[in-house]
Amino acid sequence: MTGIKPGTFEIRTSPHIKAAVTTDVIMRNVVYALMPICGFAVWAFGLSALALVCTTTAATVITEHLVCKISKKPTTVADFSAVITGILLALTLPPGIPLWMGFVGGVVAILLGKALFGGLGFNTFNPALVARAFLQAAFPVAMTQWVPAFVDGRFSQCIPTTLIPPFLSPNMRADAMAGYLAQARIDGWSGATPLSLMKFGGKTTATMDLFTGMIPGSTGETCAILILLGGVYLVARGMMNWRITAAMLASAYVSSWLFCLADKTSPTPAFMLFSGGLMLGAVFMATDMVASPTTPLGVWIYGALMGFLTILIRLKGGLPEGVMYAILLGNAVSPHIENLTQPRVFGTKRIKKAVK
Amino acid sequence: MSVLTLLGLDKTFSHGVHPPEYKGLTAHKPVRRMPFASEMLVPLSQHTGAPAKPIVREGQEVVRSEPIAEPGGFVSVPMHAPATGRIARIGLARDVRGGMSPAIFLQLYPGESQEILYGAPVDVDHMSNEEIVKAVQRTGVVGLGGAAFPTHVKLAVPEGKRIDSVIVNGCECEPYLTTDHRLMVEQPEHVYEGIRVVQRAYKAERVVVGIENNKPDAVEAMRRAKPDGEPIEVESIETKYPQGAEKMLIKSLLNREVPSGGLPMDVGASVFNVATLAQIGELLPMQQGLIERVITVTGPAVGNPGNYLVALGTPIRFVLEWCRYRGEDASVVILGGPMMGVAVPSLDIPITKGVTSILVLDKAEVEKRNRKEYPCIRCGSCLDACPMHLNPSRLGQLARKRTFDTMADAFNLMDCFECGCCSYVCPSNIPLVQRFRVAKAIIRERKAAS
Repeated sequence: MTGIKPGTFEIRTSPHIKAAVTTDVIMRNVVYALMPICGFAVWAFGLSALALVCTTTAATVITEHLVCKISKKPTTVADFSAVITGILLALTLPPGIPLWMGFVGGVVAILLGKALFGGLGFNTFNPALVARAFLQAAFPVAMTQWVPAFVDGRFSQCIPTTLIPPFLSPNMRADAMAGYLAQARIDGWSGATPLSLMKFGGKTTATMDLFTGMIPGSTGETCAILILLGGVYLVARGMMNWRITAAMLASAYVSSWLFCLADKTSPTPAFMLFSGGLMLGAVFMATDMVASPTTPLGVWIYGALMGFLTILIRLKGGLPEGVMYAILLGNAVSPHIENLTQPRVFGTKRIKKAVK
Repeated sequence: MSVLTLLGLDKTFSHGVHPPEYKGLTAHKPVRRMPFASEMLVPLSQHTGAPAKPIVREGQEVVRSEPIAEPGGFVSVPMHAPATGRIARIGLARDVRGGMSPAIFLQLYPGESQEILYGAPVDVDHMSNEEIVKAVQRTGVVGLGGAAFPTHVKLAVPEGKRIDSVIVNGCECEPYLTTDHRLMVEQPEHVYEGIRVVQRAYKAERVVVGIENNKPDAVEAMRRAKPDGEPIEVESIETKYPQGAEKMLIKSLLNREVPSGGLPMDVGASVFNVATLAQIGELLPMQQGLIERVITVTGPAVGNPGNYLVALGTPIRFVLEWCRYRGEDASVVILGGPMMGVAVPSLDIPITKGVTSILVLDKAEVEKRNRKEYPCIRCGSCLDACPMHLNPSRLGQLARKRTFDTMADAFNLMDCFECGCCSYVCPSNIPLVQRFRVAKAIIRERKAAS
């Protein structure tokens, strides 16, 4: 008898093999997919964008760590979900927003958007959008102050509003701001994004500029092509539910086309698709796994609902942009959509309705 | 490979997973006989149903293939002596679940020729259904794909039911396993002999052999050996786990869905594993008993992996030593495949009728499964994997809350057949299928208590 050592066997239940993809790997890859968008944001808006991304991410990570500390649980910073929230939040804010507001946003995202519900996997809403909605309500002026992209001095100085100390008005540095904007070499800067130009001035922007990001807007929403490429990367790796994105974009396209049919002056579907935060929202926000339904039919309905709501708010609401509220509303009804769209179990006749 | 295979248009079911196959370790190795161990033990309950009852005494001499235990009821089978020798003891032995259960201990005579002296020819072509059922029971054959359900019970069709299609399961969808593959390549005639018996018993109009398209040589061999003029089709179907599960295979080949809570016979079908049929084809015409089977011994920690013909009752320890097992690397010894197999608590457990393979995983593979568990991020991967179209994500959350009744009533928990696809794909490493096993056991217990 050769020596097979006794007592070295692990008893456990099947399956004994595992697929390679894990939650932290998925999260890390989402961060990779966001990197080119951050890079473009820094190129377009300069030091301020860089500082903003760093600030919000630091805020979310620190808050997440402290929350775990206080609740005496092992820290969950390593799963990268807080990093994603931080980056996404920065990408949805105006590039010139005071950094302290960005920091507050990051804290709110984790505390109100995530920890309050029980942490990763339990948040009803997308944490980054919860924070953005909070900031929109708390600081409406700062949240609607836009700067032009590709200003000459963007790498040598921050946008003046960026460095305003906490609790002071964003208007206090109006002179410096005027000086900064003077470098933009744009005649008659109106401080408007393509969507607000559309809404309040009836002016359209060339679709090509929207596509490549040569426009003012939130830090990371401007370059549609990079956002799409990030999405393609995640879908190719099987880490994103493309159906939600497809449904949301298709529904936005169709709804704006219908509005166009009814009213010739309504903006074209192509403009609607590539302007504002729709791309960023549809690719990176609406697809937040935790806050979306899991059922195959549910995700189509969920995406279509958000696309329609976006267009409805943009055209008929008071705000020029509707993506944020559309997604938050979608998040809110997501559990209900899931309950109503339970899959037909093999060998049963009808779609069974969930009890609760 | 056919055009259909290249285009991905082979017949299949929806959902399921594609784990790495690892079949290259043993797929090309012909079946070899393993020598006899000096001591063997035959558990009295190695099949689904009532345990067999011993008909030998301690100290009695038995001849290879002699019956040593009789069936304990209709849903039960006899046991036959796996070798010539002396009954050393009838008592408790460690079983695969970690408990103790009754078994017959056999001491072999050294130098014995181990010739099979039992058996008499029978005329299969003129047997009635009842006679075939009895004859199959006498062979002691059970489902050799792993389920170990007595085969003759399936052949006894209840009043009012009719089997029009016999499905032959040559999928072998579990990674690593290659026994069915080798059987189809090396002895297709035995499989066809078994098919003849089963077809006769049912008077079935149609026989469909389903083989995954990763075994083109098996498809070829089965097509070549097919008897002329019989209504038998050999289908190459998609390689996907769990293609070999009864309900999935019926869906793939016949496009019929076994109703929830029902049996294959409810849709006029009956499924047999190729190894089961090969044994029936080999044993029944001579009225012999099941005393050996082919197993795959494989895995990264096995020095000499291969397909072996092993006497039932051979201890795992003997098999592993024969295959140059590198004990120091290994942590998990599994009977069956990696998706549904059972990790054994001891190497003194014998090879039984339902054992398809011994798989030894090394540290790297073990650690991969022992990764950290994250909360469910509701990614929906499990919904896309579940072949029964259940909602494992939701079921997992309900299991955490211990709301077992909701799981069964609103989310069809009882339709889960524990294939493990959900646990396999879960990026958060949640032991979903294990939670469902526990939940099902509790629900069954409650039902029995009330």
